[in-house]
Amino acid sequence: MVSANEEVPTGESPTIVELSSDEVLRERNAAVLEAGAGRKADHLLEVRGLSTHFFTPDGVVQAVDDVDFEVGYGETLGLVGESGCGKSVTALSIARLVADPPGKIVSGSIQFDGIDVLKLSDVDMRKLRGKEIGFIFQDPLTSLNPTLTIGYQIGESIREHLGLSAKAARDRIIELLAKVGIPRPADRLNDYPHQFSGGMRQRVMIAIALSCDPKLILADEPTTALDVTIQAQILELIQRLSSEFQTAVLLITHDLGIAAGMCDRVNVMYAGRIVETGTVDTLFEDPRMPYAWGLLDSLPRIDDVRGDRLRTIEGLPPLLINVPDACRFNPRCSYARDRCRESEPQLTEREPGHSARCWATEPGGWIE
Amino acid sequence: MTATANPAAGAQPKPVRPHDPANLVEVDDLKVYFEIRSGVFKTAQGSVRAIDGVTVDVRRGETLGLVGESGCGKSTIGRAMIKLRDATAGTVRFDGTDLESVKPDELRRMRRRMQIIFQDPYGSLDPRMAVGAIIGEPLDTHHLAEGQAKQERIAELLELVGLDPNYVRRYPHEFSGGQRQRIGVARALAVEPEFIVCDEPISALDVSIQAQVLNLLTDLRARLGLTYLFVAHDLSVVKHISDRVAVMYLGKIVEIGPPEVLYSAPGHPYSRALLSAVPVPDPAAERKRKRVILKGDVPSPVNPPSGCRFHTRCWLYERMGEPEDCRTINPELKVVADVADHQAACHHSDEALKTDVGIAHIDPTQVRRGTPASALAMLAETNATTPHHEGFQAPAFPDVPGATPESTSASDAFGVRDPGSTSTPTDRIDPW
Repeated sequence: MVSANEEVPTGESPTIVELSSDEVLRERNAAVLEAGAGRKADHLLEVRGLSTHFFTPDGVVQAVDDVDFEVGYGETLGLVGESGCGKSVTALSIARLVADPPGKIVSGSIQFDGIDVLKLSDVDMRKLRGKEIGFIFQDPLTSLNPTLTIGYQIGESIREHLGLSAKAARDRIIELLAKVGIPRPADRLNDYPHQFSGGMRQRVMIAIALSCDPKLILADEPTTALDVTIQAQILELIQRLSSEFQTAVLLITHDLGIAAGMCDRVNVMYAGRIVETGTVDTLFEDPRMPYAWGLLDSLPRIDDVRGDRLRTIEGLPPLLINVPDACRFNPRCSYARDRCRESEPQLTEREPGHSARCWATEPGGWIE
Repeated sequence: MTATANPAAGAQPKPVRPHDPANLVEVDDLKVYFEIRSGVFKTAQGSVRAIDGVTVDVRRGETLGLVGESGCGKSTIGRAMIKLRDATAGTVRFDGTDLESVKPDELRRMRRRMQIIFQDPYGSLDPRMAVGAIIGEPLDTHHLAEGQAKQERIAELLELVGLDPNYVRRYPHEFSGGQRQRIGVARALAVEPEFIVCDEPISALDVSIQAQVLNLLTDLRARLGLTYLFVAHDLSVVKHISDRVAVMYLGKIVEIGPPEVLYSAPGHPYSRALLSAVPVPDPAAERKRKRVILKGDVPSPVNPPSGCRFHTRCWLYERMGEPEDCRTINPELKVVADVADHQAACHHSDEALKTDVGIAHIDPTQVRRGTPASALAMLAETNATTPHHEGFQAPAFPDVPGATPESTSASDAFGVRDPGSTSTPTDRIDPW
């Protein structure tokens, strides 16, 4: 953990990061293990049967429907899927930030470090947000206040949650800015967000997210607005700091490549449901759900030989109003049979730690 | 050379090469500067060198991919090629004709042969015009069709891009992003162009929709014999669609070549840095990655670094002990490893070639795709026995070699509605 009298690190990363796979895994495992010490529950975050619906004039939109998952201490879990699949609403539900009305968490439970989040009073919830749960959003320009200095904005949660003196808070802000790799941090405290580039603004966001040593960071498409080289810098930073601070990360992304590189486990979401979940290796090696196949196939890949055509998923995701009891992917699925149209499959285990929601690939189904 | 108000062109202008009929577009030593004016009197404070000396050709029938980070000038080149931007210096020739020298009337006629597809499918379509009017407008401008013939042509174009011809009276807000991009493609195709600048055409779309639009562009190119300049920031997409790829940094092309060589043996350290940053959806490959972390941000194009513009962030420069030529001499494009089509602008590309930096995680022999072989076999079997799956319509591209039935059924997948239906406008069709 960071203390104020520690030597302030430069935040500069090496020019070329070379890590063999074993080293990466060992480092990650050690971090995850250490983070679990002194834990209050089996998992840092346990989401059970979460349903978040939006009550619109056109009907009830079942944006997130009966979602179950957990995030271990220090673990990085990916939520992947296309726009509208419910991945952001899941994260907002965990932080209880869903706009009400029209949105409402209609059922389920969310246990965070042994605390039932949905039963907390608004005051207690505010104590959790920003302190125990940090946030990194997609667009740092709209999530930072343009009229306040970044020093003030980073200090906000420190003053609110940690109750440090002005001097100690200032030291901590400078230290955080150095940690996230902002050059000359002491000189930049009084700068405004517009004086930073997109990548630097995202670093400021990360500094805010880490300011109170949170146990969990909700990162919603943290690099989507950035250039690819800046994206690499930010991802490297999140990975390094989450290991160092032993922070669990719920990483929401539409980019399967980012999920493959960053996450320990991945949940694939489609139309408000988790349709497949597993460790990165099992999920990318042997996906068991046609939607996951389609996602992987439709990506042009840098390591592929140049192909003529991509196999695509035709059509569009469904509207989530009046959803029938059927597999939600069946209208776009090339393998769908009557069974898929008549009842919805459950998320069933295919091998330890790897589950999928598909009739066709279940034992006794029609695809091996 | 036309414009001479060029503060940076210290050297003598190079003589323009003779026209090569194999090239559709020829760009010679192109410079596009934007003046910065500020203060009460709006005095010139300097200029942004968006493009600073680019020489490149687009060959007939090829797709030239142009990649780089935001602000590197890639979109500006696309626009200069079809004269949506004026050159500060240098020439752009289309089919041998210098665009700077043609009269406005003639330019208008030439514009029929060159079109553009924009990035933002929301901003590039007028929300108050029906789809038929959007696609019909270029037909009016160029007096290509009227009355019944025009309506037939619009219907034909909609079908060509995989949309239902009955959609002519609908408005852009009734369509999804992917469908809007198809409308943008139809508008570009209306005048039967030879050359299309695709300016980040799929960046704003979801993954599965990106693939649909990419396939459409590939099909149209084969069917209509089009030439594309494909501008994008995504290296994987550019590799997929391009015959040649050019990498840009701070207003210059730093490397150009066929994707097979450029992505396996890049000669410029910047290309390697870019490649090292591209995520691969394969955890095992991800762990092999040697990430080049470029320090800081791209320098300002108002005052670019001396010598090689990349040297301030270059890992090779650092590794080689900061050689002087990188700081002082601006490197020209030169052939890499005797592959004639592959050129890089680096004094030390030989050294770059000796490393596996940036390409360690790219192994085409190890690629796993999503769909398992067993499922593919099953799909092939069902397609053979029942070629017309539910709701399947006549293929839109019967003459495209390699087109599969599922690729051509885009329109039915978008949920064809009863043409007389007066349902509420929505861009998503409820399939239940």
